[in-house]
Amino acid sequence: MGKYNWNWHIFWETVATSADGSEKYYQWMLIGLGWTVATGLAAWAIALILGSLIGVIRTTPLRWLAGLGDAYVELFRNIPLIVQLFLWFFVLPEILPQTAGDWLKKEMPLPEFITAFVGLGLFTSARVAEQVKAGIQSLPPGQKNAGLAMGFTLPQVYRYVLLPMAFRLIIPPLTSELMNVFKNSAVALTIGLMELTAQARQMNEYTFQGFETFTVATILYIFVAFMANRVMALIEKRVQVPGYIGGGR
Amino acid sequence: MGDFDFEVIVQSLPYLWKGMQYTLVLTAVAMTGGIVLGTLLAIAKLSPIKPLAIAATTYVNLMRSIPLVLVIFWFYFLVPLLIQGLTAAEQPVPIGPDQTAFVSFTLFEIAYYCEIIRAGIQSIPQGQMAAGKALGFTPTQVLVYVILPQAFRNMLPVLLTQTIVLFQDTSLVYVISATDFLGAASKIAQRDGRLVEMYSFVAIVYFLICFTLSQWVRRLQLNFSLATR
Repeated sequence: MGKYNWNWHIFWETVATSADGSEKYYQWMLIGLGWTVATGLAAWAIALILGSLIGVIRTTPLRWLAGLGDAYVELFRNIPLIVQLFLWFFVLPEILPQTAGDWLKKEMPLPEFITAFVGLGLFTSARVAEQVKAGIQSLPPGQKNAGLAMGFTLPQVYRYVLLPMAFRLIIPPLTSELMNVFKNSAVALTIGLMELTAQARQMNEYTFQGFETFTVATILYIFVAFMANRVMALIEKRVQVPGYIGGGR
Repeated sequence: MGDFDFEVIVQSLPYLWKGMQYTLVLTAVAMTGGIVLGTLLAIAKLSPIKPLAIAATTYVNLMRSIPLVLVIFWFYFLVPLLIQGLTAAEQPVPIGPDQTAFVSFTLFEIAYYCEIIRAGIQSIPQGQMAAGKALGFTPTQVLVYVILPQAFRNMLPVLLTQTIVLFQDTSLVYVISATDFLGAASKIAQRDGRLVEMYSFVAIVYFLICFTLSQWVRRLQLNFSLATR
Protein backbone atom coordinates (compact mmCIF):
# COMPACT_ATOMS: atom_id res chain seq x y z
CA MET A 1 0.00 0.00 0.00
CA GLY A 2 2.99 2.20 -0.58
CA LYS A 3 1.28 4.69 -2.85
CA TYR A 4 -1.44 5.91 -0.55
CA ASN A 5 -1.21 9.65 0.03
CA TRP A 6 -1.93 10.35 3.67
CA ASN A 7 -3.56 13.68 4.33
CA TRP A 8 -5.07 14.14 7.76
CA HIS A 9 -5.53 17.83 7.06
CA ILE A 10 -8.24 16.96 4.58
CA PHE A 11 -10.91 17.62 7.22
CA TRP A 12 -9.94 21.30 7.32
CA GLU A 13 -9.91 21.68 3.57
CA THR A 14 -12.76 23.34 1.71
CA VAL A 15 -15.35 21.13 0.06
CA ALA A 16 -14.68 21.02 -3.69
CA THR A 17 -18.22 22.10 -4.60
CA SER A 18 -18.67 24.67 -1.84
CA ALA A 19 -20.13 27.77 -3.50
CA ASP A 20 -18.74 30.44 -1.18
CA GLY A 21 -15.71 28.43 -0.10
CA SER A 22 -16.69 28.29 3.56
CA GLU A 23 -17.81 24.64 3.78
CA LYS A 24 -15.20 22.32 5.28
CA TYR A 25 -15.13 18.54 5.28
CA TYR A 26 -15.11 18.26 9.08
CA GLN A 27 -18.49 19.97 9.00
CA TRP A 28 -19.83 17.11 6.88
CA MET A 29 -18.75 14.64 9.51
CA LEU A 30 -20.30 16.67 12.34
CA ILE A 31 -23.57 17.05 10.45
CA GLY A 32 -23.54 13.30 9.86
CA LEU A 33 -22.91 12.65 13.54
CA GLY A 34 -25.81 14.97 14.36
CA TRP A 35 -28.25 13.05 12.16
CA THR A 36 -27.01 9.73 13.52
CA VAL A 37 -27.54 10.81 17.11
CA ALA A 38 -30.90 12.47 16.37
CA THR A 39 -32.21 9.45 14.46
CA GLY A 40 -30.98 7.06 17.14
CA LEU A 41 -32.50 8.99 20.04
CA ALA A 42 -35.85 9.59 18.34
CA ALA A 43 -36.05 5.92 17.34
CA TRP A 44 -35.11 4.89 20.87
CA ALA A 45 -37.97 6.95 22.32
CA ILE A 46 -40.47 5.17 20.06
CA ALA A 47 -38.87 1.78 20.72
CA LEU A 48 -38.93 2.20 24.49
CA ILE A 49 -42.57 3.32 24.68
CA LEU A 50 -44.00 0.89 22.12
CA GLY A 51 -41.69 -1.93 23.14
CA SER A 52 -42.72 -1.67 26.80
CA LEU A 53 -46.39 -1.64 25.84
CA ILE A 54 -46.06 -4.67 23.54
CA GLY A 55 -43.85 -6.49 26.04
CA VAL A 56 -46.44 -5.98 28.78
CA ILE A 57 -49.41 -7.14 26.74
CA ARG A 58 -47.52 -10.29 25.79
CA THR A 59 -47.47 -11.31 29.44
CA THR A 60 -51.12 -10.53 30.24
CA PRO A 61 -53.58 -13.40 30.81
CA LEU A 62 -55.67 -12.21 27.85
CA ARG A 63 -54.79 -14.74 25.18
CA TRP A 64 -55.84 -12.69 22.15
CA LEU A 65 -53.95 -9.64 23.36
CA ALA A 66 -50.79 -11.65 24.03
CA GLY A 67 -51.17 -13.25 20.60
CA LEU A 68 -51.41 -9.81 19.02
CA GLY A 69 -48.18 -8.80 20.78
CA ASP A 70 -46.44 -11.97 19.62
CA ALA A 71 -47.54 -11.35 16.03
CA TYR A 72 -46.20 -7.77 16.20
CA VAL A 73 -42.79 -8.96 17.38
CA GLU A 74 -42.56 -11.73 14.78
CA LEU A 75 -43.52 -9.32 12.01
CA PHE A 76 -40.87 -6.74 12.83
CA ARG A 77 -38.15 -9.24 13.69
CA ASN A 78 -38.34 -11.36 10.57
CA ILE A 79 -38.04 -8.70 7.88
CA PRO A 80 -34.63 -7.05 7.27
CA LEU A 81 -34.46 -3.43 8.47
CA ILE A 82 -33.56 -2.13 5.01
CA VAL A 83 -36.66 -3.78 3.54
CA GLN A 84 -38.80 -2.29 6.33
CA LEU A 85 -37.44 1.19 5.57
CA PHE A 86 -38.19 0.67 1.86
CA LEU A 87 -41.76 -0.33 2.74
CA TRP A 88 -42.28 2.83 4.80
CA PHE A 89 -40.53 5.09 2.30
CA PHE A 90 -41.50 3.76 -1.14
CA VAL A 91 -44.54 1.53 -0.61
CA LEU A 92 -46.63 3.18 2.11
CA PRO A 93 -47.30 6.45 0.21
CA GLU A 94 -48.53 4.44 -2.78
CA ILE A 95 -51.00 2.21 -0.94
CA LEU A 96 -52.49 4.95 1.25
CA PRO A 97 -55.48 6.95 -0.02
CA GLN A 98 -54.40 9.57 -2.57
CA THR A 99 -54.41 12.61 -0.27
CA ALA A 100 -52.50 10.94 2.56
CA GLY A 101 -49.99 9.46 0.11
CA ASP A 102 -49.45 12.82 -1.56
CA TRP A 103 -48.93 14.46 1.81
CA LEU A 104 -46.27 11.88 2.72
CA LYS A 105 -44.53 12.32 -0.60
CA LYS A 106 -44.69 16.08 -1.04
CA GLU A 107 -45.48 17.90 2.18
CA MET A 108 -44.13 15.94 5.13
CA PRO A 109 -41.09 17.85 6.42
CA LEU A 110 -37.73 15.99 6.50
CA PRO A 111 -39.15 12.84 4.87
CA GLU A 112 -35.92 10.81 5.11
CA PHE A 113 -35.37 11.64 8.77
CA ILE A 114 -38.95 10.99 9.88
CA THR A 115 -39.22 7.76 7.90
CA ALA A 116 -35.85 6.64 9.26
CA PHE A 117 -36.56 7.20 12.94
CA VAL A 118 -40.13 5.88 12.80
CA GLY A 119 -39.05 2.79 10.85
CA LEU A 120 -36.02 2.19 13.03
CA GLY A 121 -38.13 2.82 16.14
CA LEU A 122 -40.72 0.20 15.16
CA PHE A 123 -37.98 -2.28 14.24
CA THR A 124 -36.27 -1.74 17.60
CA SER A 125 -39.56 -1.79 19.55
CA ALA A 126 -39.97 -5.48 18.70
CA ARG A 127 -36.56 -6.20 20.20
CA VAL A 128 -37.30 -4.09 23.30
CA ALA A 129 -40.63 -5.91 23.68
CA GLU A 130 -38.75 -9.20 23.70
CA GLN A 131 -36.55 -7.98 26.56
CA VAL A 132 -39.45 -6.49 28.55
CA LYS A 133 -41.35 -9.78 28.27
CA ALA A 134 -38.30 -11.75 29.36
CA GLY A 135 -37.77 -9.36 32.29
CA ILE A 136 -41.35 -9.73 33.53
CA GLN A 137 -41.27 -13.51 33.12
CA SER A 138 -38.02 -13.80 35.04
CA LEU A 139 -39.73 -12.48 38.19
CA PRO A 140 -41.07 -15.13 40.56
CA PRO A 141 -44.83 -15.69 39.87
CA GLY A 142 -45.40 -15.23 43.59
CA GLN A 143 -44.85 -11.48 43.21
CA LYS A 144 -47.82 -11.08 40.91
CA ASN A 145 -50.00 -13.35 43.08
CA ALA A 146 -48.99 -11.52 46.25
CA GLY A 147 -49.87 -8.21 44.61
CA LEU A 148 -53.28 -9.49 43.57
CA ALA A 149 -53.86 -10.97 47.04
CA MET A 150 -53.12 -7.56 48.55
CA GLY A 151 -56.05 -6.21 46.58
CA PHE A 152 -54.13 -4.54 43.74
CA THR A 153 -55.80 -4.61 40.37
CA LEU A 154 -53.78 -6.22 37.55
CA PRO A 155 -52.68 -2.84 36.10
CA GLN A 156 -51.60 -1.80 39.59
CA VAL A 157 -49.59 -5.00 40.02
CA TYR A 158 -47.78 -4.18 36.78
CA ARG A 159 -47.26 -0.54 37.69
CA TYR A 160 -46.10 -0.94 41.29
CA VAL A 161 -44.75 -4.50 41.55
CA LEU A 162 -43.66 -6.09 38.28
CA LEU A 163 -42.42 -3.31 36.01
CA PRO A 164 -40.17 -1.48 38.50
CA MET A 165 -38.22 -4.69 39.05
CA ALA A 166 -38.40 -5.97 35.45
CA PHE A 167 -36.99 -2.75 33.99
CA ARG A 168 -34.08 -2.80 36.42
CA LEU A 169 -33.31 -6.40 35.45
CA ILE A 170 -33.22 -5.71 31.71
CA ILE A 171 -30.95 -2.67 31.78
CA PRO A 172 -27.94 -4.67 30.45
CA PRO A 173 -29.74 -6.06 27.36
CA LEU A 174 -31.39 -2.66 26.81
CA THR A 175 -27.92 -1.13 26.84
CA SER A 176 -26.91 -3.28 23.87
CA GLU A 177 -30.16 -2.41 22.12
CA LEU A 178 -29.45 1.30 22.61
CA MET A 179 -25.98 0.83 21.16
CA ASN A 180 -27.53 -1.14 18.27
CA VAL A 181 -30.00 1.62 17.47
CA PHE A 182 -27.19 4.06 16.63
CA LYS A 183 -25.40 1.46 14.52
CA ASN A 184 -28.61 0.47 12.73
CA SER A 185 -29.37 4.11 11.89
CA ALA A 186 -26.66 3.78 9.20
CA VAL A 187 -29.12 1.70 7.16
CA ALA A 188 -31.13 4.91 6.68
CA LEU A 189 -28.56 6.10 4.15
CA THR A 190 -30.38 3.80 1.69
CA ILE A 191 -33.39 6.13 1.80
CA GLY A 192 -31.18 9.20 1.50
CA LEU A 193 -30.58 10.27 5.10
CA MET A 194 -27.18 11.98 5.25
CA GLU A 195 -26.09 10.42 8.53
CA LEU A 196 -22.52 9.67 9.53
CA THR A 197 -21.81 6.71 7.24
CA ALA A 198 -23.42 8.48 4.28
CA GLN A 199 -21.30 11.59 4.92
CA ALA A 200 -18.17 9.45 5.16
CA ARG A 201 -18.99 7.71 1.88
CA GLN A 202 -19.61 11.06 0.20
CA MET A 203 -16.40 12.53 1.55
CA ASN A 204 -14.45 9.51 0.29
CA GLU A 205 -16.00 9.97 -3.14
CA TYR A 206 -15.00 13.65 -3.14
CA THR A 207 -11.47 13.29 -1.75
CA PHE A 208 -10.37 9.63 -2.18
CA GLN A 209 -8.96 9.89 1.36
CA GLY A 210 -10.77 6.77 2.48
CA PHE A 211 -8.46 5.89 5.38
CA GLU A 212 -8.85 9.25 7.08
CA THR A 213 -12.56 9.51 6.41
CA PHE A 214 -13.57 6.04 7.52
CA THR A 215 -11.21 6.16 10.52
CA VAL A 216 -12.89 9.31 11.80
CA ALA A 217 -16.35 7.83 11.19
CA THR A 218 -15.31 4.68 13.05
CA ILE A 219 -14.01 6.70 16.00
CA LEU A 220 -17.22 8.74 16.14
CA TYR A 221 -19.34 5.56 16.19
CA ILE A 222 -17.19 4.13 18.98
CA PHE A 223 -17.63 7.40 20.85
CA VAL A 224 -21.42 7.25 20.48
CA ALA A 225 -21.52 3.61 21.61
CA PHE A 226 -19.30 4.45 24.57
CA MET A 227 -21.53 7.36 25.61
CA ALA A 228 -24.66 5.20 25.32
CA ASN A 229 -22.99 2.57 27.45
CA ARG A 230 -21.95 5.10 30.13
CA VAL A 231 -25.37 6.73 30.32
CA MET A 232 -27.04 3.35 30.79
CA ALA A 233 -24.46 2.35 33.42
CA LEU A 234 -25.20 5.59 35.24
CA ILE A 235 -28.94 4.87 35.15
CA GLU A 236 -28.34 1.32 36.34
CA LYS A 237 -26.35 2.62 39.31
CA ARG A 238 -28.91 5.28 40.18
CA VAL A 239 -31.88 2.91 40.26
CA GLN A 240 -30.28 -0.17 41.80
CA VAL A 241 -32.16 -1.82 44.64
CA PRO A 242 -30.09 -2.78 47.70
CA GLY A 243 -29.91 -6.51 48.30
CA TYR A 244 -30.24 -7.56 44.64
CA ILE A 245 -27.52 -8.66 42.27
CA GLY A 246 -25.54 -5.55 41.39
CA GLY A 247 -27.38 -3.63 44.09
CA GLY A 248 -25.76 -1.79 46.96
CA ARG A 249 -25.42 -3.40 50.38
CA MET B 1 -53.91 -0.62 -4.56
CA GLY B 2 -56.24 -1.54 -7.43
CA ASP B 3 -53.45 -1.80 -9.96
CA PHE B 4 -51.31 -4.24 -7.99
CA ASP B 5 -49.58 -6.15 -10.76
CA PHE B 6 -48.85 -9.78 -9.92
CA GLU B 7 -47.68 -10.33 -13.46
CA VAL B 8 -44.49 -8.31 -12.91
CA ILE B 9 -43.54 -10.55 -9.97
CA VAL B 10 -44.24 -13.76 -11.90
CA GLN B 11 -42.24 -12.59 -14.88
CA SER B 12 -39.23 -11.66 -12.78
CA LEU B 13 -39.16 -14.86 -10.71
CA PRO B 14 -36.18 -16.40 -12.54
CA TYR B 15 -34.14 -13.23 -11.98
CA LEU B 16 -35.24 -13.01 -8.35
CA TRP B 17 -34.27 -16.65 -7.84
CA LYS B 18 -30.79 -15.81 -9.07
CA GLY B 19 -30.66 -13.03 -6.50
CA MET B 20 -31.88 -15.41 -3.80
CA GLN B 21 -29.12 -17.88 -4.73
CA TYR B 22 -26.60 -15.10 -4.25
CA THR B 23 -28.11 -14.29 -0.84
CA LEU B 24 -27.97 -17.96 0.19
CA VAL B 25 -24.37 -18.45 -0.96
CA LEU B 26 -23.28 -15.24 0.78
CA THR B 27 -25.02 -16.37 3.97
CA ALA B 28 -23.45 -19.84 3.77
CA VAL B 29 -19.94 -18.53 3.14
CA ALA B 30 -20.09 -15.86 5.85
CA MET B 31 -21.56 -18.40 8.28
CA THR B 32 -18.90 -21.05 7.58
CA GLY B 33 -16.06 -18.55 7.65
CA GLY B 34 -17.57 -16.83 10.66
CA ILE B 35 -17.89 -20.02 12.70
CA VAL B 36 -14.48 -21.48 11.78
CA LEU B 37 -12.50 -18.28 12.20
CA GLY B 38 -14.76 -17.12 15.03
CA THR B 39 -13.82 -20.27 16.96
CA LEU B 40 -10.12 -19.54 16.46
CA LEU B 41 -10.70 -15.96 17.53
CA ALA B 42 -12.60 -17.09 20.63
CA ILE B 43 -9.70 -19.39 21.55
CA ALA B 44 -7.29 -16.47 20.99
CA LYS B 45 -9.45 -14.26 23.18
CA LEU B 46 -9.36 -16.77 26.03
CA SER B 47 -5.71 -17.62 25.49
CA PRO B 48 -3.22 -17.03 28.34
CA ILE B 49 -0.91 -15.31 25.82
CA LYS B 50 -1.71 -11.68 26.64
CA PRO B 51 -0.91 -9.91 23.31
CA LEU B 52 -2.96 -12.49 21.41
CA ALA B 53 -5.92 -12.09 23.76
CA ILE B 54 -5.73 -8.30 23.58
CA ALA B 55 -5.52 -8.29 19.77
CA ALA B 56 -8.53 -10.63 19.50
CA THR B 57 -10.55 -8.59 21.99
CA THR B 58 -9.76 -5.34 20.18
CA TYR B 59 -10.84 -6.80 16.84
CA VAL B 60 -14.11 -8.10 18.25
CA ASN B 61 -14.95 -4.87 20.07
CA LEU B 62 -14.10 -2.77 17.03
CA MET B 63 -16.27 -4.81 14.66
CA ARG B 64 -19.14 -4.87 17.13
CA SER B 65 -19.20 -1.13 17.69
CA ILE B 66 -19.49 0.08 14.09
CA PRO B 67 -22.36 -0.39 11.61
CA LEU B 68 -22.16 -3.20 9.07
CA VAL B 69 -22.72 -0.64 6.31
CA LEU B 70 -19.57 1.18 7.36
CA VAL B 71 -17.64 -2.11 7.41
CA ILE B 72 -18.79 -2.77 3.84
CA PHE B 73 -17.59 0.68 2.76
CA TRP B 74 -14.29 0.16 4.58
CA PHE B 75 -13.57 -3.00 2.63
CA TYR B 76 -14.90 -1.62 -0.63
CA PHE B 77 -12.22 1.02 -0.24
CA LEU B 78 -9.50 -1.09 1.42
CA VAL B 79 -9.46 -4.35 -0.53
CA PRO B 80 -8.31 -2.82 -3.85
CA LEU B 81 -5.44 -1.11 -2.00
CA LEU B 82 -4.53 -4.35 -0.22
CA ILE B 83 -4.46 -6.31 -3.46
CA GLN B 84 -2.34 -3.58 -4.98
CA GLY B 85 0.07 -3.87 -2.08
CA LEU B 86 0.22 -7.65 -2.29
CA THR B 87 0.63 -7.86 -6.04
CA ALA B 88 2.77 -4.73 -6.36
CA ALA B 89 0.42 -3.38 -9.03
CA GLU B 90 0.71 0.18 -10.33
CA GLN B 91 -2.87 1.14 -9.54
CA PRO B 92 -5.35 0.01 -6.86
CA VAL B 93 -6.90 -3.17 -8.26
CA PRO B 94 -10.62 -2.57 -8.67
CA ILE B 95 -12.69 -5.50 -7.45
CA GLY B 96 -16.39 -6.01 -7.88
CA PRO B 97 -19.02 -5.64 -5.19
CA ASP B 98 -19.29 -9.44 -4.98
CA GLN B 99 -15.80 -10.08 -3.66
CA THR B 100 -16.15 -7.11 -1.33
CA ALA B 101 -19.39 -8.49 0.04
CA PHE B 102 -17.90 -11.92 0.75
CA VAL B 103 -14.82 -10.48 2.45
CA SER B 104 -16.64 -7.89 4.55
CA PHE B 105 -19.47 -10.17 5.69
CA THR B 106 -17.09 -12.93 6.73
CA LEU B 107 -14.80 -10.58 8.63
CA PHE B 108 -17.77 -8.87 10.26
CA GLU B 109 -19.55 -12.06 11.28
CA ILE B 110 -16.39 -13.54 12.80
CA ALA B 111 -16.72 -11.03 15.64
CA TYR B 112 -20.33 -12.01 16.39
CA TYR B 113 -19.82 -15.78 16.14
CA CYS B 114 -16.68 -15.39 18.25
CA GLU B 115 -18.66 -13.94 21.14
CA ILE B 116 -21.21 -16.75 20.97
CA ILE B 117 -18.55 -19.46 20.92
CA ARG B 118 -16.62 -17.76 23.71
CA ALA B 119 -19.75 -17.80 25.86
CA GLY B 120 -20.16 -21.47 24.94
CA ILE B 121 -16.62 -22.33 25.96
CA GLN B 122 -17.00 -20.44 29.23
CA SER B 123 -20.25 -22.27 29.98
CA ILE B 124 -18.26 -25.51 30.37
CA PRO B 125 -17.13 -26.06 34.00
CA GLN B 126 -13.42 -25.42 34.45
CA GLY B 127 -12.97 -28.78 36.15
CA GLN B 128 -13.30 -30.45 32.77
CA MET B 129 -10.07 -28.87 31.57
CA ALA B 130 -8.32 -30.03 34.74
CA ALA B 131 -9.84 -33.51 34.43
CA GLY B 132 -8.73 -33.74 30.80
CA LYS B 133 -5.20 -32.72 31.66
CA ALA B 134 -5.14 -35.19 34.56
CA LEU B 135 -6.01 -37.94 32.08
CA GLY B 136 -2.95 -37.01 30.04
CA PHE B 137 -4.59 -34.92 27.28
CA THR B 138 -2.73 -31.87 26.03
CA PRO B 139 -4.67 -28.57 26.43
CA THR B 140 -5.35 -28.57 22.66
CA GLN B 141 -6.74 -32.09 22.85
CA VAL B 142 -9.01 -31.19 25.76
CA LEU B 143 -10.25 -28.20 23.78
CA VAL B 144 -10.92 -30.18 20.61
CA TYR B 145 -12.32 -33.39 22.09
CA VAL B 146 -13.95 -32.25 25.33
CA ILE B 147 -14.74 -28.54 25.50
CA LEU B 148 -15.62 -27.47 21.94
CA PRO B 149 -18.13 -30.26 21.16
CA GLN B 150 -20.09 -29.34 24.28
CA ALA B 151 -19.72 -25.60 23.67
CA PHE B 152 -21.13 -25.95 20.15
CA ARG B 153 -23.96 -28.12 21.39
CA ASN B 154 -24.92 -25.65 24.10
CA MET B 155 -24.72 -22.73 21.72
CA LEU B 156 -26.38 -24.32 18.70
CA PRO B 157 -29.67 -22.38 19.03
CA VAL B 158 -27.81 -19.08 19.44
CA LEU B 159 -25.54 -19.87 16.48
CA LEU B 160 -28.60 -20.59 14.35
CA THR B 161 -30.33 -17.40 15.49
CA GLN B 162 -27.21 -15.44 14.57
CA THR B 163 -27.33 -17.09 11.13
CA ILE B 164 -30.93 -15.90 10.66
CA VAL B 165 -29.77 -12.38 11.57
CA LEU B 166 -26.92 -12.78 9.07
CA PHE B 167 -29.35 -13.93 6.39
CA GLN B 168 -31.35 -10.73 6.93
CA ASP B 169 -28.22 -8.57 7.07
CA THR B 170 -26.97 -9.77 3.69
CA SER B 171 -29.65 -7.52 2.18
CA LEU B 172 -27.32 -4.62 3.04
CA VAL B 173 -25.11 -5.47 0.04
CA TYR B 174 -27.67 -3.21 -1.62
CA VAL B 175 -25.37 -0.32 -0.66
CA ILE B 176 -22.67 -1.54 -3.06
CA SER B 177 -25.22 -2.47 -5.76
CA ALA B 178 -24.64 -6.22 -5.52
CA THR B 179 -27.48 -8.28 -6.95
CA ASP B 180 -28.71 -10.26 -3.99
CA PHE B 181 -32.43 -11.00 -3.53
CA LEU B 182 -33.24 -7.41 -2.54
CA GLY B 183 -30.83 -6.03 -5.14
CA ALA B 184 -32.49 -8.06 -7.91
CA ALA B 185 -35.96 -6.98 -6.79
CA SER B 186 -34.85 -3.37 -6.53
CA LYS B 187 -33.40 -3.37 -10.05
CA ILE B 188 -36.65 -4.65 -11.51
CA ALA B 189 -38.68 -2.29 -9.32
CA GLN B 190 -36.78 0.67 -10.68
CA ARG B 191 -36.78 -0.53 -14.30
CA ASP B 192 -40.53 -1.17 -14.39
CA GLY B 193 -41.62 1.45 -11.88
CA ARG B 194 -43.13 -1.32 -9.75
CA LEU B 195 -41.80 -0.52 -6.29
CA VAL B 196 -44.96 -1.51 -4.43
CA GLU B 197 -45.14 -5.00 -5.92
CA MET B 198 -41.46 -5.83 -5.72
CA TYR B 199 -40.75 -4.54 -2.19
CA SER B 200 -43.93 -6.11 -0.80
CA PHE B 201 -42.95 -9.42 -2.36
CA VAL B 202 -39.42 -9.17 -0.94
CA ALA B 203 -40.80 -8.44 2.54
CA ILE B 204 -43.18 -11.41 2.39
CA VAL B 205 -40.48 -13.83 1.20
CA TYR B 206 -38.02 -12.70 3.88
CA PHE B 207 -40.72 -12.94 6.50
CA LEU B 208 -41.77 -16.47 5.52
CA ILE B 209 -38.20 -17.78 5.46
CA CYS B 210 -37.07 -16.12 8.68
CA PHE B 211 -40.28 -16.87 10.56
CA THR B 212 -40.14 -20.56 9.62
CA LEU B 213 -36.48 -20.83 10.57
CA SER B 214 -36.91 -19.02 13.88
CA GLN B 215 -39.87 -21.23 14.84
CA TRP B 216 -37.71 -24.26 14.06
CA VAL B 217 -34.86 -22.90 16.20
CA ARG B 218 -37.30 -22.28 19.03
CA ARG B 219 -38.50 -25.91 18.93
CA LEU B 220 -34.92 -27.10 18.82
CA GLN B 221 -34.12 -24.97 21.86
CA LEU B 222 -37.07 -26.44 23.74
CA ASN B 223 -35.99 -30.00 22.94
CA PHE B 224 -32.47 -29.13 23.99
CA SER B 225 -33.41 -27.73 27.34
CA LEU B 226 -35.53 -30.85 27.97
CA ALA B 227 -32.71 -33.18 26.92
CA THR B 228 -30.12 -31.58 29.16
CA ARG B 229 -32.35 -31.12 32.18
